[in-house]
Amino acid sequence: MPSNSFPASDIRKIIVASSVGTLIEWYDFYIYGSLATVIASQFYPHSNPGAALLSTLATFAAGFVVRPFGALVFGRLGDLIGRKYTFLLTLIIMGGSTFAIGLIPGYAQIGFAAPLLVLLLRLLQGLALGGEYGGAATYVAEHAPDHRRGLYTSWIQATATVGLFVSLGVILLVRHGLDPDPARSVEKFNSWGWRIPFLISIVLVAISVYIRLKMKESPLFQRLKSEGKLSVNPLTESFGRKTNLKIVLLALFGATMGQGVVFYAGQFYAQSFLETVCKIDFDQSKTMLLLAILFATPFFVLFGSWSDRVGRKWIMLGGMLLAIVTYPYLFRQLLTIPGTESRTELVAQKEILSTVSFIGKTKDVLHTSNTISHYDGGLIVTETSKDTVYASGKAPTTKPVTTMSRTVSGADYWKMVGILFLMVFYVTMVYGPIAAFLVELFPTRIRYTSMSLPYHIGNGIFGGMTPFIATLLTTIYTGDKLVGLWYPIGVAAVCLVIGAVYIPNRSQNLEFEN
Amino acid sequence: MNILKRILGIVWIALGPLVLFYLVRTGAAEIAKNPATNTKIQWGVFIAVFIPIAVGLVLFGYYAVKGEYDGAEKA
Repeated sequence: MPSNSFPASDIRKIIVASSVGTLIEWYDFYIYGSLATVIASQFYPHSNPGAALLSTLATFAAGFVVRPFGALVFGRLGDLIGRKYTFLLTLIIMGGSTFAIGLIPGYAQIGFAAPLLVLLLRLLQGLALGGEYGGAATYVAEHAPDHRRGLYTSWIQATATVGLFVSLGVILLVRHGLDPDPARSVEKFNSWGWRIPFLISIVLVAISVYIRLKMKESPLFQRLKSEGKLSVNPLTESFGRKTNLKIVLLALFGATMGQGVVFYAGQFYAQSFLETVCKIDFDQSKTMLLLAILFATPFFVLFGSWSDRVGRKWIMLGGMLLAIVTYPYLFRQLLTIPGTESRTELVAQKEILSTVSFIGKTKDVLHTSNTISHYDGGLIVTETSKDTVYASGKAPTTKPVTTMSRTVSGADYWKMVGILFLMVFYVTMVYGPIAAFLVELFPTRIRYTSMSLPYHIGNGIFGGMTPFIATLLTTIYTGDKLVGLWYPIGVAAVCLVIGAVYIPNRSQNLEFEN
Repeated sequence: MNILKRILGIVWIALGPLVLFYLVRTGAAEIAKNPATNTKIQWGVFIAVFIPIAVGLVLFGYYAVKGEYDGAEKA
């Protein structure tokens, strides 16, 4: 059956069924990264918060590094037994491991077993995601007519960012919904409430499994199967033969590598940059990104659709070029807008609030001091210092812990949202057309395997490690807060050159087998 | 364009080992500065992950030099 003979209503069901499941998998994957700071405090020793955060980001990165292996395992399965059952399996694995993360006791309860279990489950998440995307994109693409493939697959592309949006939204709702008192609600969230976003995913997964069970197999796969033309060894055909391997390498170095770093720099590194470098308040940084995603998401579909008319290549490369050229300026603006250097402090409005509370059941006291400084333009800088006073009278062994957070308002707030919107806009350019681009490169019999690996190396390794590598660069070259940008800019620049020179600008019928 | 592809192929062949060299050198310096297990694991993961990628980049460059991508942009 030609891929363009489905009624529009059937295509819509296929897109919805694929997209919902993929969205839930992205949600499952992202809540871990979004809660990296809270998870660090639960599963890693309290003595060194910096190392704990880095370790958690590394665990986050571990979930990404393992994605290519998931791509190989499930890609192969998808080309052997079919797309439908393979990406049903990935959904169950992802949902189960996410739910389990929400159940693991903290380091204080079970010691070193806690971070080990978290790492294991994070690796399972990465494996599952490695198999999900290739299946969903291939499944939709193989139902779509040639002139609509970019449009239809762009809905799958939107789920990645919408999954991030949902994860941030759920986290904020839970964080502020656990108690009428905002401070106590946050305290409860940091203590046990962070588990809720993990636990509720099982309900979402169950719904998605139900929807996917009702779907039929891809028509192109069915036809190959009925004709006895399935691959007996997709891995060898995909990566052991030069004719296909050279295309896999081109897809990676000329497209997904650059797309991956832009995707993660513009969303995840931007989020981390806002919180840890710009010191923007946790809630405010999340809501800024939420708004940027909300405004930019429709452009996934726009660029996917546009790529059906003008080709995929130059839209993707255009997004990379814009990122390369404008990232230094945009990130510098994020740094300077909430700065105090060019502002006047409104000294009369300065507040100093102190609270004391007993630590647990001891007579030791935790002294918390908040100094709230107000500046013109609506900037508020809060410095929080926590110090322990021992009942025995002994001197503290550690210095008081001081943290800073800033909140902006009015024009400054919307400028920052605007900058984040631009970054997500670039994401829509590089990511919107790429599913259609990848499926068109490979024949049906090895499509799931062949497209999954470059996608997950580009996104999982190059992209997923962006926040980690960029942060690491700032600890090595400490004089420049923007030095971390060299990584995404450098990788995207190499990818831009390779893509511009080597990638053809054509779409292709999916029923080729050579 | 085909000539450019082949010339750039030499660049990609050289870039793979260069990136690996930079990673190993930086990793060694960081481990020397802070020889904690955490640091060794992190850099070990980086280098282990980027070795096959560097090999892939060299292979891509080799294919480019051999003309495997010639003429594709006109299709």
